Amino acid sequence: MSHEAEHPHILPTSVYVAVWTGLIALTGVTVGAHYVDMRHLAIPAIMVVATVKATLVLLYFMHIRFEKPLFPLMIMVTLITYAIFVVLTFSDYLYR
Amino acid sequence: MDHKRIGIMYLLAVGLFFTVGILFAVTFRLELFSPGQQFFSNGVYNRLLTTHAVIMIFLFIIPGIPAIFGNFLLPIMIGANDVSFPRLNLMSWYLFMIGALIAVTSVIMGGPDTGWTFYVPYSALTEGRVVLPIIAVFILGWSSILTGLNFVTTVHRLRAPSMPWFKMPLFVWAIYATSWIQVIATPVVGITLLLVLMERFMGIGIFDPTKGGDPVLYQHLFWIYSHPAVYIMILPAMGVASEIIPVFCRKTIFGYKFIAASSIAIAAIGSLVWAHHMFTSGIADYARILFSLLTFLVAIPSAVKVFNWMATMYKGSIRMETPFILTVIFIILFAIGGFTGLTHGALSTDIHLHDTSYVVAHFHYTMLGGGGVMFFAALHYWFPLMSGKMYNKKVANLGVALFFIGFNMVYIPLFIAGMYGMPRRYATYLPEYTIWHRTSTIGSWFLASGLILMLVNILWAAKKGQKCAPNPWKGLTLEWTVPMPPPEFQFKDVPVVTHGPYEYATGASHE
Repeated sequence: MSHEAEHPHILPTSVYVAVWTGLIALTGVTVGAHYVDMRHLAIPAIMVVATVKATLVLLYFMHIRFEKPLFPLMIMVTLITYAIFVVLTFSDYLYR
Repeated sequence: MDHKRIGIMYLLAVGLFFTVGILFAVTFRLELFSPGQQFFSNGVYNRLLTTHAVIMIFLFIIPGIPAIFGNFLLPIMIGANDVSFPRLNLMSWYLFMIGALIAVTSVIMGGPDTGWTFYVPYSALTEGRVVLPIIAVFILGWSSILTGLNFVTTVHRLRAPSMPWFKMPLFVWAIYATSWIQVIATPVVGITLLLVLMERFMGIGIFDPTKGGDPVLYQHLFWIYSHPAVYIMILPAMGVASEIIPVFCRKTIFGYKFIAASSIAIAAIGSLVWAHHMFTSGIADYARILFSLLTFLVAIPSAVKVFNWMATMYKGSIRMETPFILTVIFIILFAIGGFTGLTHGALSTDIHLHDTSYVVAHFHYTMLGGGGVMFFAALHYWFPLMSGKMYNKKVANLGVALFFIGFNMVYIPLFIAGMYGMPRRYATYLPEYTIWHRTSTIGSWFLASGLILMLVNILWAAKKGQKCAPNPWKGLTLEWTVPMPPPEFQFKDVPVVTHGPYEYATGASHE
């Protein structure tokens, strides 16, 4: 508890509102992307938007931006593992 | 909520399931005594086989060392009074028991007949009871994740301040690496099994090609978890070996940092080799080459450990006590299991050996000869600490000898029969395989009596054994500084670690 008392990490409400507005705007982008013909870029585009949204939630709502480096590191280990799983699985699907 | 009590509760439950698993194995080996049908129909044989595998994998070897000895010893070894989340720890035990009860219920109701891998399309179509065991495995996985999470947090947060990472006992390193695999890989199998249920009940075409699905995708998803799971089984066993060998050789472990790092390397590379179970499933050639290479790479950190153990024994003053004998047996059996594994890693030989009894022999050498033997080594090593009593060493050694003879009698013939083309999981065989199967069945009686003798000996000692003097093996790790058996709060003050875990040469001691 004393640790938290030293670094309260309480953000002004305006930051949360700004992040929330950003998330809503990005949701709008995802919906809007449906109406633009991007062909094979469509899926990568909405995946990028989704990644940005998830990152915003992690950094601000889940406070990862203000934690010790160990926590972002652990999250990165999980994400990189997942990425490797996908890449290795596609070494089968792409060349079958 | 005491971590030691939870460890003992796991010990009793796991010991019971293990005995049941052995009885199933001995029972279906009877069917193989002669060719043709003896005692069971093919359907019953399939169910016995599947149930043996599900019990041994999910109820014995995965929880075996981490949940029992990890729970009991990990906090003591790092100078803590409990794990980070004691209540969560108790919840893991309840989840484990709920999962186990559901699994047992499914056996009583007829049992699954799919093999423990639940491969689609069969598992999505069969009349056999696969829903209950799938739910059971899902809940057991949940328990496994929570235990892993608890241990990772405990190692990071509750280590005694005087114990830096590289002064931790190697068993703690092994459990730490295992816990990471549990946390990262287990959710994948949970998702996969839920997908099978969705396909079964809602007809969603995830794995069924007629609906646009891909059956091989199931194998990918299943083995993404289940291959790392074999490292959940073997890494803690290697950790126990790294504890026992220096104690009984009175020498510092050879290459501490390499053993610690090889645990992490096995956890990391071992997570990237899953498709070697699928070389004959019609995956892309490019993928087969990649996974074959990755598979051969795992041999390196495994060999690092084996060579370091041998180097530790070299010129040590060895005491041949039961835990040490079991550890030597482990090294021999595990080496045989490891080398025969390479023949599956090579693409050409795998086509000949895939799905033969050679594979069965190979993984029993690594799993029972590795994880199983080290479970018993750990039991015989830490039993005095857990109970404050000593077992009858002569009876224990007799059990070990019976086990060793029986073990090789069971599996060496299966290697040979497999090379001649005997398929695995078959209830019958051609007459020319009779000699191999008969030897194997007779061996299974020795193997089972050896294991049961060891278990009974331990149980008897727990009830009526002689009191044991503190620190009977003269170990230097922290668990031997506390009273035997340890009280609920083993450390009144945070212990100060002044020497490394294996510094026998410098004359360090607890006295």
